[in-house]
Amino acid sequence: MSPGYLELVCPAGTPAALRAAVDAGADAVYCGFRDCTNARNYPGLNFDPDELREGTAYAHERGCKILVAINTFPRAGAAEPWHRALDQAAAAGADAVILADIGVLDYATRRHPGLRRHLSVQAAAANAPSIAFYRDNFDVKRVVLPRVLSVEELTALIGQIGIEAEVFAFGSVGPMSEGRCFLSSYLTGLSPTSEGACAPASHVVYLERDGRLLSKLGGTTLNSFAPGEPAAYPTPCKGRYVTHGRASYLFEEPVALNVVNMLPELKAAGVTALKIEGRQRSKAYVSRVVGTFRRALDALARGAPAAVALDELKLEAEGGRETSGAYHKGWR
Amino acid sequence: MNAPAPARLTLGPLLFHWPPKRRRDFYHRIADEAPVDAVYLGEVVCSKREPQFGPFFADVAARLRTAGKEVVISTLALVTTAEEIAAIRDAAAGGALLEANDVACVQLLAGAPHVVGPYINVFNEGARDFLVARGAVRIVLPVEMPLASMRTVAAAAAPTAFEVQVYGRQPLSVAMRCYHARSHALTKDHCQLVCGLDADGMTATTVDGVEILTINGTQTLSHGYGVLLAELGSLREAGVTHFRLSPQNLDMVRVAKLYRDLLDGRLGAADALPVLRSMSGDVPFVNGFLHGREGMRWL
Repeated sequence: MSPGYLELVCPAGTPAALRAAVDAGADAVYCGFRDCTNARNYPGLNFDPDELREGTAYAHERGCKILVAINTFPRAGAAEPWHRALDQAAAAGADAVILADIGVLDYATRRHPGLRRHLSVQAAAANAPSIAFYRDNFDVKRVVLPRVLSVEELTALIGQIGIEAEVFAFGSVGPMSEGRCFLSSYLTGLSPTSEGACAPASHVVYLERDGRLLSKLGGTTLNSFAPGEPAAYPTPCKGRYVTHGRASYLFEEPVALNVVNMLPELKAAGVTALKIEGRQRSKAYVSRVVGTFRRALDALARGAPAAVALDELKLEAEGGRETSGAYHKGWR
Repeated sequence: MNAPAPARLTLGPLLFHWPPKRRRDFYHRIADEAPVDAVYLGEVVCSKREPQFGPFFADVAARLRTAGKEVVISTLALVTTAEEIAAIRDAAAGGALLEANDVACVQLLAGAPHVVGPYINVFNEGARDFLVARGAVRIVLPVEMPLASMRTVAAAAAPTAFEVQVYGRQPLSVAMRCYHARSHALTKDHCQLVCGLDADGMTATTVDGVEILTINGTQTLSHGYGVLLAELGSLREAGVTHFRLSPQNLDMVRVAKLYRDLLDGRLGAADALPVLRSMSGDVPFVNGFLHGREGMRWL
């Protein structure tokens, strides 16, 4: 890729979504295996080794890269699935693996030195010395930066790290430092860090009470909706809580992150790649969002005004509302 | 099987933003009266709080050392600014034992002996071995870790020490955004340090009235106090050497004496529980994580 090119990194939870992302103009597609080794371990999603091999071939024939997320933290004495996932990603011809756990990074560095390593957002590396730790010890070539930094901080940080930076462009807003949030396991007993599922569907219940719809996670009520109000999924950091006698979205409103209007700023900040979230979303979603960002990036590369139908993305946004999240400091 | 190593009692870093003089007086009393072996000083949650306690820091550290306590300097769980990095660099240059809570601190220590705090994920032997080879002399295990995992991680790694929090609200997440400020319709950059209004944190209740989480600035804690009593023996057998009390807004000297008696076999868990209950008002106790269950459960 030429310097200054913004690479478009797109999600695939299924082989169909992978093909949709490639066809819509993804530069790279990220995906994971169908088990606890990736942070989107939800029923009906992800790839077996044969599907990954076929998907990689499909992508490579069309000039698109495949990144495999192996970005959870093995439980003690049980690292075998993570090691196997690394071996299978290498065997499938993946272009890079996205890792978070220090033990997994160490194994990958020793066992598969030639397999390119990216640092997952789950490693929560939000500053230069932390990124240097992973760069120096594990020869990490790219860091996926946490969704907690402003554009000014991104610019300063990227200038210091000497490796590529990938940032979140579209999807949900993660207000917590990722990879070390135990809210979901506090409520459900299942660990996002080790089992790869935050707010697992098996623990979600919706029920009606006094004309309102309640959403519950593991028996704890996370929200109450008026008739007709859109009922968002009960993720702990997206619930309504009462403080000072008032119910509010204490952590984050039901909004989507969208930086399509900030592409020139992110390019100027030295960002290498933009990540679109949504491995749990449909192939139609992937197709539309990737296509929209592709057109915006192509326009940016030509120096043309970003001729993007913003309404198109609005339809896909969580809660139908958008934010630039932490990229603007007032968010904090 | 070898006899378990002697059980060390530690006082974890104060997570809440207490007025500086109150904080100083708290540590003076700890120095004089609490039977703890080590005290963690230093700010973990928010660097905006640090300047307030700064003038008292050296005096408090000296008083604790004179009283025979090991002083460990805890560092921030989420580091982003140049000033925060410089502060860690300065602390490291001072030669004290540091608790690293962001991998940045491990990098800046460049192999010098240190404690790995509970905000750095050490869930398995691979991560443990890598960090021990780079200077970790003690590892505070993640709050979420079940006993079965501790048996693997804390075993057969002497002379590395392992610490587990056995008392106090459990840290569940850290963020850039300040929820304390947000609940007062402020932002982090103009927060007026409203986190100081709640000496034991601010309760967040579900919309149907269940007290569930505690907000402490940018940090979210369990509402329930994590309390491990009957589990202390199993933890020692698993190889845990250090037992952490996390300061709450109550008589921590009494809590320390009670845990010292428990660890020394002078008091049983069944007798300790009602004492702790009587000190804790309506706050529920939780211990689910250690048992591999919902963290909010009491088993």
